[in-house]
Amino acid sequence: MADHHPTGLKRWLFTTNHKDIGSMYLWFSFVMFIIGGAMAMVIRAELYQPGLQFVDPNFFNSMTTMHGLIMVFGAVMPSMVGLANWLIPMQIGAPDMALPRMNNWSFWILPFAFTLLLSSLFMDGGAPNFGWTFYAPLSTTYGPPSTDFFILGVHMMGISSIMGAINVIVTVFNMRAPGMTLMKMPLFVWTWVITAFLLIMVMPVLAGAVTMMLTDRHFGTSFFDAAGGGDPVLFQHIFWFFGHPEVYIMILPAFGVASEIIPAFARKKLFGYSSMVYATASIALLSFVVWAHHMFTVGMPVAGELFFMIATMLIAVPTGVKVFNWVATMWQGSMTFETPMLFAIAFVILFTIGGFSGVMLAMAPVDFQYHDTYFVVAHFHYVLFPGAIFGTTAAVYYWLPKWTGKMYNEKLGKLHFWLSMIFVNLTFFPMHFSGLAGMPRRIPDYNMMFADFNQLASIGAFGLGLTQILFLAILIKTIWGKAEKSSDKPWDGATGLEWEQLPCPAPYHTFDTPPKVS
Amino acid sequence: MSEQEQKLSNKSLVMRLLGVVGGMFLFGFALVPLYDVFCEITGINGKTRGQAIYQKKEIDHDRLVTISFIADVKRGMPWEFKPMENVVKVKPGELNEVRFYARNRANEDIVGQSVPSISPSEGALYLNKTECFCFDQQRLAAGEEIEMPMKFYIDADLPEDISHLTLSYQLYNVTEAFAGDSVAAK
Ligand SMILES: [Cu+2]
Repeated sequence: MADHHPTGLKRWLFTTNHKDIGSMYLWFSFVMFIIGGAMAMVIRAELYQPGLQFVDPNFFNSMTTMHGLIMVFGAVMPSMVGLANWLIPMQIGAPDMALPRMNNWSFWILPFAFTLLLSSLFMDGGAPNFGWTFYAPLSTTYGPPSTDFFILGVHMMGISSIMGAINVIVTVFNMRAPGMTLMKMPLFVWTWVITAFLLIMVMPVLAGAVTMMLTDRHFGTSFFDAAGGGDPVLFQHIFWFFGHPEVYIMILPAFGVASEIIPAFARKKLFGYSSMVYATASIALLSFVVWAHHMFTVGMPVAGELFFMIATMLIAVPTGVKVFNWVATMWQGSMTFETPMLFAIAFVILFTIGGFSGVMLAMAPVDFQYHDTYFVVAHFHYVLFPGAIFGTTAAVYYWLPKWTGKMYNEKLGKLHFWLSMIFVNLTFFPMHFSGLAGMPRRIPDYNMMFADFNQLASIGAFGLGLTQILFLAILIKTIWGKAEKSSDKPWDGATGLEWEQLPCPAPYHTFDTPPKVS
Repeated sequence: MSEQEQKLSNKSLVMRLLGVVGGMFLFGFALVPLYDVFCEITGINGKTRGQAIYQKKEIDHDRLVTISFIADVKRGMPWEFKPMENVVKVKPGELNEVRFYARNRANEDIVGQSVPSISPSEGALYLNKTECFCFDQQRLAAGEEIEMPMKFYIDADLPEDISHLTLSYQLYNVTEAFAGDSVAAK
């Protein structure tokens, strides 16, 4: 088929091409990453020293809330969907996603959803200020008027990610090239299918929760209002039934990315392929029975605390299998350390630190000390920044030659890595200590005794933020500026259909006739 | 697979997945009654159950259980509200009566609804109320005051390790929102 397509704005508005849509998702998530990052800068500026400096407390609360919502739903999730769009069809030998029109739609909902959400910043009463977990009654009885825009925004992004997930499942089940059996699929495809199942299971529950909020706020129901016979604790159960699987939705695709990149640069086959698949599936299954580990301090009988504590700690077993396999893949490999590999190795190390603090938080008796402190903030930023975001970054460097036909500047890439590595630890490691010493999260002022830790974290955060501008510059230079042309196979250890059977850059239409899978 | 077959099989898979999505949306709402049923059977969220009927019971004269009472008003509730006795000691199996005092300090009619909660929550199943103001709403005119009775007995099966129960009432202003439906009796 000829390689021509409409140009200009219309190309992007009406495109059903998985590569175009993948690019739009990735750029969209980068824009959200910058916006959410700017909010983090406001938070860290305010926390640079004790006392109230720059913003008033209500706006500070809006910042923590919006930072969380934007990063979770606007940056991390769409970036993973972008990678899925670009890679899954090429990796399973399909010409496109199975439902290309729906694909277009699910992307174009997002800009509207986030315009709604961000517009709340300019409304009377301010943006949502109840934390990204929007516990009732903070978000129902006491929520600002803009909460309704937040509810509508969450509904829209939920619909978008459900459609994206359905698309992935149908593509993988129905569009694989002949010979591409399930157990031959690259791990990125596997982790994404499992993620997609998590998405269609829990996003509807989130939709139900915000719908109940909406009717509690305006239509006289009392799902979460004790005065009318409801129970605010019920909100937390419903929210975390969504919320815990949600954290795996954000991290599983990054597991897949690491499982592609590490073998490529260790020049060895991935150690324990099938155990990786089973480990991912068991993490996903376990994620449905651990939600109340977020609620140990809410009040639960001892039997309940024990159940959720043990179930949560059980997740460390399949996760440990994965970390073991990545390390075993590197063992005695002929490793080289190009930028994607550096990010992938840092991912393994730092994600494991986040995993360890997760095991600490899983222990009900000690959680009473850690609950709602900066220790929790340190924990989930360790699994999200050097976890999900380093994973995506590694993927971008690794597949950029495939997408653009050009090679990024290796020196700048390494600089980006080392600065990120230093600053991410400078930002989040001190939070472990301030948290253990008792500094509560989501509060604009703090006791003098936490001043040093916070100063370090703020300096780290400013550096980390600036470093990501360097990333943007590297991307612009590679895509539109002067950059070396990439060979068809820039990584000699890379495997998979997209590297073995397609040139760099991948043509606009690929695998119109299914490839031969050996 | 021909293009036609491909389309059909995509469509049927999409339908099944949409079924899962719809089912999970309903499941989210089903969690509401499930949660209530679960809490009622196990008594773990500290809610007392509805009205109990007292039949002559074996009274355990060798044991005294301490019951403390707490009464709070929520934001926007202009009533004075307090237990008339803060602490009582009771024998399991014996029917007891205590009283709560309420006065409307506003200069308009206000409807109040109290919501009970027991701590430790494991004790909730053993505190039975035969009569409670929380089974109904109260309407007080401006300045009006009342004494509200509450009759209860402690089940003789109360586990040995529980010697002290705290019963707390939160009083809500439901004049506008929920006047008419009483909730704790559910
Ligand atoms: Cu969790």
